[in-house]
Amino acid sequence: MSAPEPVFEAPWHAQLFALTVHLNEAGHFAWPDWAERFSATLKRHGMAKDLNGGDDYFTAWLETLESFLAEVDMAAPETVEEMRAAWERAYLSTEHGKPVTLPKSAGDGAL
Amino acid sequence: MPHDHHDHDHPHTLLPPAPALRVKALETILTQKGLVDAAALDVIIDTYENKIGPRNGAHVVAKAWSDPAFAQALRTDADKVLSELGYYGRQGEHMVVVENTPQTHNMVVCTLCSCYPWPLLGIPPGWYKSDAYRARAVREPRAVLADFGVSLPEQTAVRVWDSTAEVRYLVLPMRPEGSEGLSEEALMDLVTRDSMIGTGLAKDRS
Repeated sequence: MSAPEPVFEAPWHAQLFALTVHLNEAGHFAWPDWAERFSATLKRHGMAKDLNGGDDYFTAWLETLESFLAEVDMAAPETVEEMRAAWERAYLSTEHGKPVTLPKSAGDGAL
Repeated sequence: MPHDHHDHDHPHTLLPPAPALRVKALETILTQKGLVDAAALDVIIDTYENKIGPRNGAHVVAKAWSDPAFAQALRTDADKVLSELGYYGRQGEHMVVVENTPQTHNMVVCTLCSCYPWPLLGIPPGWYKSDAYRARAVREPRAVLADFGVSLPEQTAVRVWDSTAEVRYLVLPMRPEGSEGLSEEALMDLVTRDSMIGTGLAKDRS
């Protein structure tokens, strides 16, 4: 028998999955509504190419979550982009092997 | 800038892929707003990576093979039986068990996204989520089965069930010949994940 496949192909797939399940459990949306939105994104992405079940699938998932969070004012696109850039800077300025953390100021504008 | 962060004497940490940074950004924002708790995320990941998986489904199948009364209860009201075993929760509600027979082979797909009985089978494999499977399972199920190395007798009909956010299916594979007298534990080893999706058969006793 071959070794079991990993449950998630990439760590960010797992993080994204957990984030979504957590928000659902906290009652921010009902799962059938999520499935409806997500399947619409998959359908749209699937017109351009055959989606694989890994990165393509979770890229569609991420886009769905981002647009939902923007719609309900939980995370505005500009704020997400600022935070993403802050994380990118943090990675690029952290010495290899050291934990990557955001500077304290990051996200001050988010609240 | 008084200080150059790009210090080439110390190579920086490898930059994660772009979507990973977007996920981190969402997580940070929601955590700062007090809407998300990082520890809760870790628990969710640990649960799906280590605690929930196809062994749960295999337990149900082996029990159904060994205990006719259990099998009957499963056919009548799967949700009740499964919750008694502790297999319920997220994406495990409204389960329907479809039973393979010499006349009918059942196969499950989710054409819309990836509805899948998490409490029984864990997180779906990549191929289950791919467009290739989601489109082809309905159109040419026998060809898909052939790709999985499954060939069925001609007289066996293939029935494809489309899972949704409301109803999810578990295939009850046929009990392999020669497995009489095996314990529930030993039977569990014959039940593969794919046999419960319908893209495989239960293993022969080796």
